[in-house]
Amino acid sequence: MRVAEELKKSALVSIWFMFLTFPIMVIRVNTIYNTVEWRWLNMALVGGGSFFLSMLWRFMIRRKERGKKKAEIKDGVQLTLIQRLMQNRRVTLSGIVLAAIFAMIYPFVFSMYQTSIMITALIYVMCGLGLNIVIGLAGLLDLGYVAFYAVGAYSYALLNYHFGISFWMALPVGAALGFMFGVLLGFPVLRLRGDYLAIVTLGFGEIIRLVLENWNEFSHGPSGIANIPRPSFFGYDLSLQQVTIWIYFIMIGLVIFTIFVVGRLQNSRLGRAWVALREDEIACQAMGIDKTRTKLSAFALGATWAGMAGVMFAAKTTFINPASFTIWESVIILCVVVLGGMGSIVGVILGAMVLILLPEYLRAFSEYRMLLFGAVLVLMMVFRPGGIITNVRRTYRFKGKATTDGSSA
Amino acid sequence: MAAAHNFGKDVLEVRSLSMDFGGLRALDKLDLSVRQGEIVALIGPNGAGKTTFFNCITGLHAPTEGEMLIHPPNQGKTQRLNGLKPNRVTERGLARTFQNIRLFPNMTVLENVMIGRHCRMSAGIPGAIFRPRSTREEENQVVDDSYAMLEKIGIEQFVNELAMNLPYGAQRRLEIARAMATDPFILLLDEPAAGMNPQETRRLDELILRLREQEKISILLIEHDMKMVMSLSDRIYVVDYGKKIAEGSPEEIKRNPAVIKAYLGEEIDA
Repeated sequence: MRVAEELKKSALVSIWFMFLTFPIMVIRVNTIYNTVEWRWLNMALVGGGSFFLSMLWRFMIRRKERGKKKAEIKDGVQLTLIQRLMQNRRVTLSGIVLAAIFAMIYPFVFSMYQTSIMITALIYVMCGLGLNIVIGLAGLLDLGYVAFYAVGAYSYALLNYHFGISFWMALPVGAALGFMFGVLLGFPVLRLRGDYLAIVTLGFGEIIRLVLENWNEFSHGPSGIANIPRPSFFGYDLSLQQVTIWIYFIMIGLVIFTIFVVGRLQNSRLGRAWVALREDEIACQAMGIDKTRTKLSAFALGATWAGMAGVMFAAKTTFINPASFTIWESVIILCVVVLGGMGSIVGVILGAMVLILLPEYLRAFSEYRMLLFGAVLVLMMVFRPGGIITNVRRTYRFKGKATTDGSSA
Repeated sequence: MAAAHNFGKDVLEVRSLSMDFGGLRALDKLDLSVRQGEIVALIGPNGAGKTTFFNCITGLHAPTEGEMLIHPPNQGKTQRLNGLKPNRVTERGLARTFQNIRLFPNMTVLENVMIGRHCRMSAGIPGAIFRPRSTREEENQVVDDSYAMLEKIGIEQFVNELAMNLPYGAQRRLEIARAMATDPFILLLDEPAAGMNPQETRRLDELILRLREQEKISILLIEHDMKMVMSLSDRIYVVDYGKKIAEGSPEEIKRNPAVIKAYLGEEIDA
């Protein structure tokens, strides 16, 4: 019997967990009175809880497998509800309008704290979309992405410190420097792929951070650079609250710009070449694609967005030091892309919102924050390995006899 | 059957090509030529160096010695292939398929063919972002051309499917479509009929002959299916241990004792 077997397995799991947590959950030694307290209730709770979770887990796995079988029987691309909704033009349009209205009134409705964390989330959206080019489209696992973010932030901070360059000047300069460093990193790693590439980029990220930390004359070392000016608003003096709202709208503008450019790149000759490079490097070359240029352009264009986001970050926090650019940041941005759905723009935006905003709202249980964060990632990868929104390949319209499926938008 | 054809001048000329992998000589002073409009087969036992030969011509391996020349039929200017990167070779007009299918599995069938058009397009980063008229027209043209290519190869019903979901025979044909999309004058087919059933093989025969007629291309093919090789090719090269052991028309090859020896082995008591 299937049910009996599952019950038996779950019972075993719960016994195992009760045994495992016995020393910390049940026994408590009172060192003052020298007595031992036996908290049997806790044991029952652990047992019941793990039994329930185990059953739930098995149920979900079974459901997922059933779904997979159904997809095989139907033979064809099985689209989820969200993907089907996204292909419906009316739904997409109203969704965009709603999101736009929400974005417009957001800073006026919510508090400054909320606006501020939303700005952070938007910065991550931008980074995520940039990294999406490198990882999602071109398939190059870049673990040192935060280096470009640091390049952007430090280029604004230093240029402002030495030459008094304004935010608006620094934005394109940060982007250009990001691009340049992207090419610079691209050259040595042209021959690498997969794990090797990940390790080299990881090293590159650390090099940049260590240089910033130790080259005191250049970057002021670990004490960082303070008093970086916030973006100006046509020469007016703004209060802190006003400037936060202003930064929020700049960020919204930049994110829209990013979405526009990345969307266009994705559906271009270059975008297709990136995907082909990800799919099969040898076939890609044999079909006449210049591997060197394609890889370099992926690195450089990805890094450009990090450079701009870095400038934005420096302008928002007004203080930067190397501690903001650790490997952990790279990992978060990577998680944003993977969790959201590699190659999917909407997915990456949702991923950034979930990963950046969730920990902020979970501050109440700050001790378990990382635990939840990890659990979300594990569950996500088990049940939706393609990310929140899996990228669907575009269908083209052509002068042919008949279109094969419902791409008649 | 094919003997009635009148072939033009050489389009591909390979002179004493050698390839060493460390101490292993995979190709040993191989000479080969393909004429305009000709179907040439390269056969030999497993491990004879046929695929290595393809990899050398297409720039995936750098040969140890020897010369590879192309004489493009329309411009007529002779060019050396030595030292060119794979994508440059493809730009010069040599396209290939792979022995173990190498499609882009997570792209649609149409996109796979569109990748083949890549080297005949010009849009760069600014073109992609600003999408001026020229880029839009180029994109539309490529979509239409690619669809037309799918129709020509006969797999247009799969146009929006992912390449990995195609039946095996269609995947093989898609590889040919993708290679043809690069506008080659020589098509290099590496075991195109491997794993196909007899009926699929026959349809592939027809396709190859039709491509030669309609597209005015030459075809160099590696194949183990002897029935197909004998019926299709105008000329056959036989290699064994990287050396050419025979060359000639299908009839000559069938009778050649060296070939029989390489394939069937030698009798001990002769």
